[in-house]
Amino acid sequence: MDQIYNNSYLFMAIFLLLGIFLPFATIWVIGPFLRPHNPTKEKISTYESGVEPTGDAMVQFNVRYYLFALLFVIFDVETVFLYPWAVAYDNLSSFALIEMVIFVFMLAVGLAYAWKKKVLTWD
Amino acid sequence: MAELLSQPFSWLNLIIMVSAGVVVLGVVLVFVMYAIYFERKVIGWMQLRNGPNRVGPWGLFQTVADVLKLMIKEDIVPAKADRFLFLIAPIIAYTPAFAIIAVIPFSENVFFADVNVGILYYGALSSISITGILLGGWASNNKYAIMGGMRSVAQMVSYEVPLIMSFLGVVLLTGSLNMKDIVAAQQDGMWFIIPQFLGFVIFLIAGNAELNRTPFDLPEAENELVAGYFVEYSGFRFAFFMLSEYVYIFALSSVMTVMFLGGWDAPFGLTFIPGGVWFALKFLLLVFYLFWARATFPRVKTQQLMGFAWKVLIPLALFNVMITALFKTISQAG
Repeated sequence: MDQIYNNSYLFMAIFLLLGIFLPFATIWVIGPFLRPHNPTKEKISTYESGVEPTGDAMVQFNVRYYLFALLFVIFDVETVFLYPWAVAYDNLSSFALIEMVIFVFMLAVGLAYAWKKKVLTWD
Repeated sequence: MAELLSQPFSWLNLIIMVSAGVVVLGVVLVFVMYAIYFERKVIGWMQLRNGPNRVGPWGLFQTVADVLKLMIKEDIVPAKADRFLFLIAPIIAYTPAFAIIAVIPFSENVFFADVNVGILYYGALSSISITGILLGGWASNNKYAIMGGMRSVAQMVSYEVPLIMSFLGVVLLTGSLNMKDIVAAQQDGMWFIIPQFLGFVIFLIAGNAELNRTPFDLPEAENELVAGYFVEYSGFRFAFFMLSEYVYIFALSSVMTVMFLGGWDAPFGLTFIPGGVWFALKFLLLVFYLFWARATFPRVKTQQLMGFAWKVLIPLALFNVMITALFKTISQAG
């Protein structure tokens, strides 16, 4: 059984390395021989529909996006807690269901609060 | 593959494993080329056009020609871009998409990593691609790109939650995160599309949004953002963003086949047709669904998009999990 595990993780590592290898090989190793390299001032200027670009794009951005990111963290962590519960559900007593209902209910209250505060609407 | 996995480590086995990985890579690349061809043809027919028909017979070599063209295009890095992040962003987007495929079983004999955390690995790695898209959008230092990148991240993190939650019903029914066990459970009982129909629908919608495809393709809304996060990319770096999208289609459709459509399980006792063929048929049906949706639906608005994920899909997904657990408890007690 251990052997299956080791070999499985070896396989996952091989796939990961192949996933890294392909772009490196094509972009950095083979690519430079095939493609031209002739950057001119106009070519490397930022594209803005043909108009002279004004200002910088790395600016402070609308805070709404960060609120979604925060909500995402909360609910993703919730899902991470739900996973072991779902896997081990057969071995747990029926009280596990009640406990999880309470846990989900508390998060649902949080979602309802965000809903009420109009975080979820985009005007 | 089963006997290869149970053998102790040897250099010969390592070579076999690496060549298996290379074969999968080749299969995926061919799939991507012909998925793009198929998509253009299908959408063409749906819109009463011919689609690509010039390069080779019936246009079959159109995508091959496109890839070759992209290879010999200049790789432009804008002067104002954050050079290092700009260069590695397409790789961060692509690598996890391919690495996911290691845990997906394709038939009773063709599978690679047989791990008990298969679904978790899928969920964890598929989130990393979002980072690549955000980095690409931000590092370009282009207004269209950063807006596309931000929209993309907001959308993908919002739909990530219902997507991952829709697996939970299946996990509850099987008590395992191993994709082979999930298929085995469906071979014994029925396909999970029946008891988990709600989960399947949530996965179908959230998966479509996760791929940034029409009707959820706001990040690259071409008539307002030009192309979204990859505006500044050209040549093969652009190709890797496209490649990661289509490799995701491959991975997502495969996972959906395994989780809800019984994997390689033959329906109606038609076992004389090999499992791999059944897997391919179900898989192609789901791929066709994605292209069909693209040809049919208009793009949604941002406020509809985010609201739909948080107000409809997440409550529904949680409801689905709780109902599944409740049914399981009742059926065990009764």
